[in-house]
Amino acid sequence: MSDFPTSAKVVVIGAGIVGNCLVGHLARLGWTDLVLLDKGPLPNPGGSTGHASNFIFPVDHNKEMALLGEQSANQYRDMNLSVDSGGIEVARTQERMDELQRRMTSAAAWGIEAHLLDPAQVKELVPFVNEDVILGGFYCPTVSVVDSLETGTVMRKEAIEKAGCQVFANTEVLDILTDDTPRPNGRRKVTGVVTDKGTIDAEYVVVACGVWSNQIAYMADTYIPLVPAVHQMADVGPLDVLAETNNEIGYPIVRDMDTFCYERQSAGSMEVGSYAHRPILHHPDEIPSNEEAALSPTEMPFTADDFDQQMEEAIELMDMLGDAEIKYAINGLLSLTPDAMPCLGELPDVENFWAASAVWVKEGPGMAQVVAEWMTHGYPRVIDSHGADVARFYDEEKSDEHIWARASEHFNKTYGIVHPAEQWESRRHLVEAPFKSRQEALGAEFFQARVWERPQWYTSNADLVERYGLEERCVEWDNRWWNPITVGEHLNLRENCGLIDLSAFQIFELEGPGAVEFADYLAVNKIDVPVGRSVYTPWLNQDGGFHSDLTMMRMAEDRVRIVTGVFDGGRDEFWVRKHMPNDGSVTFTNLTKQISTLGLWGPNAPAVLGQLTDHDLSHEGSPYGSYLPVTIAGVECHLFRISYVGDTGWEIYMPWDEAGTVFDAIMEAGKDHGLRITGGGVYSLSGRIEKGYRLMGAELESEYNPIEAGLARPKVKAADFIGKEAYLAAREAGAEVQCVTLIVDDNVDSHGNERFMQGGNEPILTLDGERIVDSHGRISRVTTAGYSPSLGKNLLMGYLPNELAVPGTKLQSMYMNELYPCTVVGSGSAFDPEDTRLKG
Amino acid sequence: MLLVILEHENGQLVEAAREALTFGRVLAEKMGEDLEAALIGRDDDDLVEAAGQYGAETVHTATHDLLTDYGPDAYGSVIAQMVESLDPDAVLSCGSDRGNEFMANAAARLDAPFVANCTDANPGDTWEMTRVQWGGSLLEDATLTADVPLLTCGLHAVAAEIGDEEDADAEEFDVDLDESVTITMVKDRVVQEAGVTLPTAPVVVGGGRGVGSEDGFGQLEELAALLGGRVGCSRAVTNLGWRPHADQVGQTGTRIAPEIYIASGISGAIQHWVGAMASKHILAINTDKEANMVTKADWAVIGDLHEVIPAIIAEVQSRKG
Amino acid sequence: MKILCCVKRVPAPGAKINVTADGQDVDAAHLGFTTSPHEECAVEGAVQLIEEHGGEVTVLTLGTGDAEEQLRYAVSVGATHGVLVEADTNQWDPQRTAQAITAAIRELEGDEPFDLIMFGNESADAGGFQVGIRTAMALGRPIVQGIKGVEISDDTITARREIDGGFEVYELPRPAVLGIKEGLNLPRYPTMKGRLASKKVELNSITASAAEGGQARVKLHRPEETVSETVILGTGAEAAAAVVDVLDELGVL
Repeated sequence: MSDFPTSAKVVVIGAGIVGNCLVGHLARLGWTDLVLLDKGPLPNPGGSTGHASNFIFPVDHNKEMALLGEQSANQYRDMNLSVDSGGIEVARTQERMDELQRRMTSAAAWGIEAHLLDPAQVKELVPFVNEDVILGGFYCPTVSVVDSLETGTVMRKEAIEKAGCQVFANTEVLDILTDDTPRPNGRRKVTGVVTDKGTIDAEYVVVACGVWSNQIAYMADTYIPLVPAVHQMADVGPLDVLAETNNEIGYPIVRDMDTFCYERQSAGSMEVGSYAHRPILHHPDEIPSNEEAALSPTEMPFTADDFDQQMEEAIELMDMLGDAEIKYAINGLLSLTPDAMPCLGELPDVENFWAASAVWVKEGPGMAQVVAEWMTHGYPRVIDSHGADVARFYDEEKSDEHIWARASEHFNKTYGIVHPAEQWESRRHLVEAPFKSRQEALGAEFFQARVWERPQWYTSNADLVERYGLEERCVEWDNRWWNPITVGEHLNLRENCGLIDLSAFQIFELEGPGAVEFADYLAVNKIDVPVGRSVYTPWLNQDGGFHSDLTMMRMAEDRVRIVTGVFDGGRDEFWVRKHMPNDGSVTFTNLTKQISTLGLWGPNAPAVLGQLTDHDLSHEGSPYGSYLPVTIAGVECHLFRISYVGDTGWEIYMPWDEAGTVFDAIMEAGKDHGLRITGGGVYSLSGRIEKGYRLMGAELESEYNPIEAGLARPKVKAADFIGKEAYLAAREAGAEVQCVTLIVDDNVDSHGNERFMQGGNEPILTLDGERIVDSHGRISRVTTAGYSPSLGKNLLMGYLPNELAVPGTKLQSMYMNELYPCTVVGSGSAFDPEDTRLKG
Repeated sequence: MLLVILEHENGQLVEAAREALTFGRVLAEKMGEDLEAALIGRDDDDLVEAAGQYGAETVHTATHDLLTDYGPDAYGSVIAQMVESLDPDAVLSCGSDRGNEFMANAAARLDAPFVANCTDANPGDTWEMTRVQWGGSLLEDATLTADVPLLTCGLHAVAAEIGDEEDADAEEFDVDLDESVTITMVKDRVVQEAGVTLPTAPVVVGGGRGVGSEDGFGQLEELAALLGGRVGCSRAVTNLGWRPHADQVGQTGTRIAPEIYIASGISGAIQHWVGAMASKHILAINTDKEANMVTKADWAVIGDLHEVIPAIIAEVQSRKG
Repeated sequence: MKILCCVKRVPAPGAKINVTADGQDVDAAHLGFTTSPHEECAVEGAVQLIEEHGGEVTVLTLGTGDAEEQLRYAVSVGATHGVLVEADTNQWDPQRTAQAITAAIRELEGDEPFDLIMFGNESADAGGFQVGIRTAMALGRPIVQGIKGVEISDDTITARREIDGGFEVYELPRPAVLGIKEGLNLPRYPTMKGRLASKKVELNSITASAAEGGQARVKLHRPEETVSETVILGTGAEAAAAVVDVLDELGVL
């Protein structure tokens, strides 16, 4: 074909809802020289968009998914390609009724109209529902049905008109070209796309081809960890009651939550869709071509046996379905990832090679906007998208074995009731601390942080429950994934001391003549400090919001260490590699699996450690923030005086292979000082929240800046750093909101049960029950909730406008659709606000 | 000798019979045998002559009081008798509905194998054939072991082509039939009822969202009427209330198989496509040359259907005079 | 009335059919299976006949255990019984298939023949055009192929066969056999209840044995690609003449 381009600024692969919306959003942001490819025909190239059920339930507990769903729904509405059908999630069990209370809470957080209905009210809205099998329903009038194919067409046309986007259907990508010249940052660079119609040299290549994405990623020797999975759907009809509405959808969509099915009117028929059947996963190369497919490539042959139970349950709920004909039934393919979140952003291995994958119709336009903004501004502006960042994955999460196991596990949870602390069953113990055998011997209950196993509490500490007179919680939900031992470990740490495994810390080093200068470019705070000093600092994105929050240590004149959390390791490593100079002045090394870390904290910590070293452990000899070499039990270690739990002590860094020796020596030295091995429940939640310490991904997100988070220092360093301009402007403007701690004054619910808040995103409301939203549309909501053993109270963290952030302000917080009175503590700590214990 | 059984209708050899003679001429050459033909139920000179034009040296004609019309048992019985009396080396007919039917009937009588719809045949101790499967989407190489191979050649496997003109000799074949063969004989013929239905229409003019309105279908109606066809539509159109459900072509509507489907303003969603894909030919009219229906069509016109269709109507009217 | 429908399990491919590496079969790795379309119409026709006249429809298939799926499907749309004539593959040659089906029918019938046996005109895959005819003749019953209309009276079965411009009418005595063509009706889809009920029906199983016939598969292959590029006849109204040329060529003017 003579008019096939030989070069382009951006090639987008895939003309489904995501690819089409992406070129549209890029055009709106001023991009030109765009090419959109698809191997299938238009407007339906045969991907998942073509058979989507096209409805959007706006309420989700997850903030990214909820807000991008809302954003998407509004984009569909703006194009007049959306109808508000309403939707009802019906419950058949009491457990689900409780979950619906939780849905009401999330609806209140996001400001979405929702009502709890009794069975008769459900029947009023959907007269063909059998009210005898349900206990109630969660009704959301703004559930919408969209025309995703037409939306794609409209957005594509906008890109053609605004930016001259060239569109080539029936064009198959055969290879992705990369420049593999070795560079200090270890990244390759995308250079073009080979298709069956010719090769296009491209500056940017975006993979937006849904279930085929990983196949395209393989072409560039990298990964987009997702797997094509079956979602069964049957279209049954004709049904007179539906045909009489004379439109595409006249009745609210019903989600039969406890059978994991939905019933959605489609003109005169009912679509029954299921997430209840066994997980059916496919390799991308098993997906037929458009030519080979009987229907479309992603409408695979219906395996009827897998659907029989769903039919029986559907008939139970709507008897009329039994006599309707099954006119069309498919094993529709959609994309599942190992952690049920999408894959967006630049791929860490390959510069300018972007993913916009594992996105469903319900969030397509919003996610396309995220990627377009990310490409334009270096960071998405519409919302913090760290949960969807494709850089979040560790190598262990990219194997087929992992992707398949996790997708199989969470497929049936699509409509499940998922506890905020819920643990995976499959693919455990992928990465373990060097203390694993010792931890097991002490009865560690392991929680997994991405791929790392961390003890949450130790059953060997069960005696502490008795010592401190602790009890289980009276509501099962609050008790799930929790044990009173963790409170015992907390109280013991405050009374004596505790030893905590921190081996999951992600540790990187920058070295070379340009290391310090580059480190300063990443960080808000000054890194050019004397050797042996450390700096706790935010990293900002280009817009001045948080990208990271971590610690950097000046190891030597030309060497800086970076220590960050396990949930951010992938993203932070990528951030460093992406921004580091490639002139050879800096090298990057990941030392995570060479260095193990233990935390020793509590009033007796100095006495314990003092037995193992001659080093002066006083605040003169080991001042706060110092990072000093010492020898413990013959092992060369570093002592880092810092605390994330509010008691004095150290993080102790040691060679991985000799970590056991250090562990044994400390435990032995602690025998007479009340030292207990202590779990992550204390470190990451109860110890932290008592002190009001902020956590990346909870309090710290790209929508907030250090001034609002209360992490701004009095002065700004002279050196340039990413986001400096925006940061200076934000300092000038002052904070509109402040990150605060609140204390729940009364935690007894209407049934007389004491409740223990957990999760997050629950709304913080005025005494009148009004939502609190700032001028940027940011919602006051719980970013962390947890029980403070020291205070015997539930604590909440969140952002409040200045006038409400005043200590003593009375507000309310919602939990499970009930309101609890609470009082603002302020931006400091609820426990030991003077930090006297740190000075001990 | 290769014997070709001729199918005829209204005193004429059907096109498929001419193809069979052409196919047979090549096959007889491969066999190193003469090409002969058989006429059942008629002995007209011009039919004999026509067979001669295609290279048949002899035409065996079988007439009988009971051979008043077509019937598979009548034909099958005659063929079986010819195999026994004329001792051909192979028997060939055309892969039409009737050809396959009477050859299978004869094969059953002879308890002999029969290979339908060959595109190639190579004689030998074991014959090697290539034959049509899946309506032509696939070919099968097969072997045939038989005393007297019976086969049909697939429709349009070869184009009919007159050979070195021969004056065929007509030879009467004495056939022995009893009343039982009349059981399966055609008893009556019914002329097609007036008015075609969507599933049986030879021409369907389909309209999609691109038609724009209920009234927009007027032009489609006019064209369909001119061509003796029917109007169909996509699901989007019935959803919009522009046409009744009975007109819907698709997975959830009617599945059509016309000689030609004129799909105008239809993008070609799978839902629609599965109802239309049995169409023998497809002409798409669409403003978007990348539309699914355009890429799947045999022919396409790129443009606004409301300009294209009136032009087609005018052209049809002028040619019909 | 007792009606028997003989059906075949076949893959449901798209526009392009792949063949397994050994050339012995269609590569059905990503394909579903269905009943050969002519036979789907036969089952629908049979069900409509018993709905009108009363009786039972038995559906029979010859093949591997997988073919139970097609028997149950037939039951889900109204057939009464299902019989699997078990063979090691679904690809027996036509003579062998007919012989095995004939034996199975004799076993099922005993002294009481089916009033009507329906086959598809030909199978969607192999297209041998003969199994029904061979079976009918072995049973000594009349058979007519290509049937798109069936009416049944006390002792006569009236069948219509489509020809150019109309129908041929055949009148057969009961019991008889018909080769059905798609277009006889528009087969219904199973209802959900029908599908669920079909799961509970007990299927009859008969072991097939028959001698191989004279035709044997060597391999399947795809015909040489004829690139089916869409021919663009033109743009806008000026394409009308070219369109009408096409209509003329197809003989639909």
